[in-house]
Amino acid sequence: MNNLGLIISLVLIAGGLIWLLVRSLSGREVERPIIFIFMGVAVSVPLLFNITFSEKATPIVKAVFDKVEYLPEGSRVLISFDYGPSMAPEVQPMSDAFIRHCLAKNHKLFLMGLWATGQSLNADAVERVIKREFPEKVGGVDYVNIGYKAGSQGVLNVIITDFRKLYATDVDGRDLDSLPIFQDIKSLKDMDLLLSVGGGFPGVKEWVQFAGDPGNVPTAGGSAAVTTPLMYPYYPRQLVGLLGGIKGAAEYESELKKHYPQFDKMPTPGVAMMGPQTLAHLMVMAFIVVGNIAFFLGKKRDS
Amino acid sequence: MKRRIPLLITFVVGSVLILSVFFPPAESWGEDFSIFFDIIAVFAFFLGGGNLVRIHGKKLFTRKSDWGFSVVTLAGFFVMLLAGLFKVGNPAGMAGDVTAAGSFFQMLYEWIFNPLGASMYALLAFYVASASYRAFRAKNVDATILLVAAFIILLGRTPLGMYATAWIPDSFSILQIPNLAIWIMTSPNMAGQRAIMIGIALGVVSMSLRLILGVERTYLGVDSE
Amino acid sequence: MSTARRTSLIILAAVIILFLVSWFAKFSAVQNTGAPFGISVRDGFYITLAAFCSLAIFSFLYKDNPYYKFAEHLFVGISAAYWMCVGFWSTFVGNFIPKVSRTLSDFFEVPFKSFDIFYFIPLILGILLLLRLSNKYGWLSRWSLAFIVGTTAGLNLIRYLRSDFISQVSNTFVPLVVDWEGIDAFFSDFSLAANGQFIMILGNWVVFIGVFCGLVYFFFSKEHKGFFGTASRVGVWVLMITFGASFGYTVMGRVSLLVGRLTFLFGDWLGLID
Repeated sequence: MNNLGLIISLVLIAGGLIWLLVRSLSGREVERPIIFIFMGVAVSVPLLFNITFSEKATPIVKAVFDKVEYLPEGSRVLISFDYGPSMAPEVQPMSDAFIRHCLAKNHKLFLMGLWATGQSLNADAVERVIKREFPEKVGGVDYVNIGYKAGSQGVLNVIITDFRKLYATDVDGRDLDSLPIFQDIKSLKDMDLLLSVGGGFPGVKEWVQFAGDPGNVPTAGGSAAVTTPLMYPYYPRQLVGLLGGIKGAAEYESELKKHYPQFDKMPTPGVAMMGPQTLAHLMVMAFIVVGNIAFFLGKKRDS
Repeated sequence: MKRRIPLLITFVVGSVLILSVFFPPAESWGEDFSIFFDIIAVFAFFLGGGNLVRIHGKKLFTRKSDWGFSVVTLAGFFVMLLAGLFKVGNPAGMAGDVTAAGSFFQMLYEWIFNPLGASMYALLAFYVASASYRAFRAKNVDATILLVAAFIILLGRTPLGMYATAWIPDSFSILQIPNLAIWIMTSPNMAGQRAIMIGIALGVVSMSLRLILGVERTYLGVDSE
Repeated sequence: MSTARRTSLIILAAVIILFLVSWFAKFSAVQNTGAPFGISVRDGFYITLAAFCSLAIFSFLYKDNPYYKFAEHLFVGISAAYWMCVGFWSTFVGNFIPKVSRTLSDFFEVPFKSFDIFYFIPLILGILLLLRLSNKYGWLSRWSLAFIVGTTAGLNLIRYLRSDFISQVSNTFVPLVVDWEGIDAFFSDFSLAANGQFIMILGNWVVFIGVFCGLVYFFFSKEHKGFFGTASRVGVWVLMITFGASFGYTVMGRVSLLVGRLTFLFGDWLGLID
């Protein structure tokens, strides 16, 4: 089915592109709705035929995986949900994979967010991933959700020295001092790893500037593709590693499945999305080539 | 009064926050100012909501064009606001998380806010494709370099890049598209982004100093306000 | 009745009918999974509602239309209220109330900390900020804006200087020759392997020269001539590669958002994929 779907997709797209090329070469304009239809088909067909590919982790993603993997069991890992619905398809697979990996390693998980929408998303992650797949984990002992606070970098400036100045309770109203997981935690400096998942402001950059660097705490990130190139200057000295876009998520999911057989049946939205992603990229490249051929031939014709 | 006090506030707050890094006794003042900033940020959200109600309310009452859509905005706003402020349907009542599963607020988020927000940004994929066909032209050397780099990244970030150049032997493995893409990101891309980052950092430092010292006053607006 | 109005009404009727058909189909599908009647009706409605919200936004691809405008205006209203509510409960009730009033803390069921009179400063500044809505007293909001600007400037100055300037300059001083074991070893192991010595050396040279030339390009106080001009030219090329990489990633990002939405429509709504 995978191969048949791939062949059908490529034939459809190739046929369409040839038509586009002929039309462009004859000097006739291609209306925008036609381009939109091409894009829709390029993404829909691989989805319907469930075209998937295998993934291999690149060094920058492997660095994050290895960091979580080789932390001693019971280490404290904080995951910050710094995104909203507009970025969720890209970065939510990353946060789900981080949660699974950390809990499989029996690390203590601290969930928070610098975006208001992050609070809904981490509440959803607790219900969908933690309670469903790790029912043996106890809230307040193995994981805690302290939610969102307004103020962006102002929040980080406070919790880098004292959590309790800003967070008195978790999202369910339980006093932090009553939770075993928070017993020896005073500030972000007591964390063993900070994972920021997001792609806007505040995001990975602010975590490096306001937490990782001043607190000397290892920081890693999962970033939306749009902001990933901007984070590369921080790698590897200020950022342990970085998951870039849906490809980064797919690589991390593959690595997780490779090392943990219990995740063999886990949903891998990152891997599933790489099929349509691949064909869409091919489509965009073809558009650029066809557009340029038509432009230069038209210019030659006019001169 | 209208300008002197705000300038003084900016100077005091900015100076305390800078001092708090170098002078440990000032650290707690810096934290307190950050907490005050966080609380004022919430009032900024209220201001945004209030402004929304003012603009759409005016449109509604003066029956300007498309006033019907202002009804939609205001209805959505007040329904969501009431659901959130009163934690309607929240399993744990007032003490629970406002975004708790099962609450009316979370329902509105999951089934209206989420799809609308996600769809808005998904539209951009179509416009990127349209721009690729209509606008990206290799008119000169610089544009050609840009497009070649983009091609390598587009191919390298998909499994097809791996399959297309898997035949290249290990001793020339840098020419395999995925490796080339990684090298581009970690070398020339990093160099360019770092140069931009350093430039921006210098700009931010200079602008921050100007703001704290009161040289830059545009944020105060004009005196006729 | 004009043709345009008749067409609009027909389209509206079709949308309503399709909504009801979809709701019924989803409710049946959910009920087939063993869900109780009430839940299947509710879940069927939610999924249909979410799908129609998505399609209303996508209708903009054809042209601007009342369904898109409806969805857009709804999004604006809901979004503003969402941030207000979450901000109110998380920070105003969570941080302000416990420091000013035991009665209010008990009402909102949050633990009272201790009374701190200084917490009236953000309250006063916050109220002044709201006065921005008034034409007569709007100038008072400048005091709050000054606090916000001062905080941001104070925080950013140090952090940008440390993380984005000093660290970046320091990280640019990379060894220009790595793992050097002599000329013979270098040429005997000469290869274009991705993790080979030559590529690592090349990478470090590119980083060092690229940062230097990129910074030269942004220096506009001197004319870009001679050596300076050549360095600036190299800087432009490095920046073009940077922007090309950014474009590639931007395409990836936007496409994955579309894939996410279509996954919901094909999967959760139409049931065509798992």
